[in-house]
Amino acid sequence: MVTLLYFASLRERVDCAREEVALPPGTPTVATIVETLRARDGRWSEAFAPGLAWRVAVNQSMADLATPLKPGDEVAFFPPVTGG
Amino acid sequence: MAHVRVQEAPFDAGREIAALTEGRRDVGAVATFVGLVRDLNDGAAVSRMTLEHYPGMTERALEDICAQAAARWDLLDLRVVHRVGPLAPGDAIVLVAVSSAHRGEAFAACEFVMDYLKTRAPFWKKEVTPAGERWVEARSSDDEAAARWVEGGEGRA
Repeated sequence: MVTLLYFASLRERVDCAREEVALPPGTPTVATIVETLRARDGRWSEAFAPGLAWRVAVNQSMADLATPLKPGDEVAFFPPVTGG
Repeated sequence: MAHVRVQEAPFDAGREIAALTEGRRDVGAVATFVGLVRDLNDGAAVSRMTLEHYPGMTERALEDICAQAAARWDLLDLRVVHRVGPLAPGDAIVLVAVSSAHRGEAFAACEFVMDYLKTRAPFWKKEVTPAGERWVEARSSDDEAAARWVEGGEGRA
């Protein structure tokens, strides 16, 4: 299992702040998870549409689609940051 | 060495500066930046705003930015305080304070920390305008400001 977190406008789009999902077998990466999210329904496929600006962090460090995942990882999806 | 805090409560910039100089005789310069909520953004009046963040990663990101600044310039200390939760126009959002022996290092490091914070620390602003609530969009000018520091020694392109 991995923990998925969603923040800000992305959280509102998918109407979910946190969930646990099973890790597919093989050598799963962030891209593997994103594919399963896109396959859920229109709301999810829109939120994760290719070309849309979103960022991902794995275990609280910035990551990308190729970042490998292992059981227990915390994967966070969010829009570009706007602090300061 | 850096001191990083994320909090809902207001901060006292004077106390943060004092904490950098207390009991020391080697500080020659303290550069500070305070960011405030404006009542106008992207052509719309802003009456309130809420700042969301990613607890845990936020502190790590800020500490990492401070460590990069400390590796790059000869600094004595750094403090970053960032507020989250509900804020109103005129409220201070963020404080960056940097101490060093000389002003050049303090000025440069203070600007670097702010430029990197704007593009790398996981905070998101949601504004209330007459047309309703809206998430603030990231600005390409912030990416450009952060990119200035990537090439060249002292960073100013």
